Amino acid sequence: MGTFHADSGPLHGITVVVDTHGARVYIGRCHEERPEEVVLLDADAHEDGADGCTNAEYTRRAARFGVWKRWDRVAVPRAEIASIRRLGDVSQAPR
Amino acid sequence: MPYDPAMVKPMKEELTRIGFRELVTADDVDRFMGEAKTGTAMIVVNSVCGCAAGGARPGVTLALRHETKPERIATVFAGQDVEATARARGYFGDIPPSSPAIALFRDGRLVHFVPRHMIEGRDAKTIAWDLVAVFDEHCATLKK
Repeated sequence: MGTFHADSGPLHGITVVVDTHGARVYIGRCHEERPEEVVLLDADAHEDGADGCTNAEYTRRAARFGVWKRWDRVAVPRAEIASIRRLGDVSQAPR
Repeated sequence: MPYDPAMVKPMKEELTRIGFRELVTADDVDRFMGEAKTGTAMIVVNSVCGCAAGGARPGVTLALRHETKPERIATVFAGQDVEATARARGYFGDIPPSSPAIALFRDGRLVHFVPRHMIEGRDAKTIAWDLVAVFDEHCATLKK
């Protein structure tokens, strides 16, 4: 029981890690997968090396408890996206 | 703007009918947490999201059939009981808000937290198995 939006893509409602071809990684709840962009809700982003933290470290930290949102909604252009994976599949163990 | 109470009523009842105390005000939360200063307690942050809460509620229901479980159980409803949800999140420390979510306390201290991303896309049995392991680890007192 609840609200479902089956036409928004298989990752709709799933918190995902969006790795880009650049230094930035996004984490947010996937709202919609469009041909030209992926729309995330309640999203945050991290630049590799910012705050002395690599993207891998940031992602592992996020995998424990989630992220503090920077944006209610952000659209990431497909051209920037290297991969999309579920945050729930990221290992929480520090390396 | 909160959801229509009639819409969330059956989602609330999925938990209240198995013994969850519904917390709708900040005072309700403070009172519950005051009682939870000793022993074990669980707060479920319920939500309308079918992608995650649709698995969370039956998962929690299954887990609570386990012999070892929290002594006190309560729920707030995100997006509906806004004040209570905010106050409950105050007890979760620095953990970013998400819903649904599950917080387990022992002697008033948060000992385990299941954020939304560890619930979404998982079936009720998987969620329940994980919770049962957490109950076995932290809930020494048996309550049936």
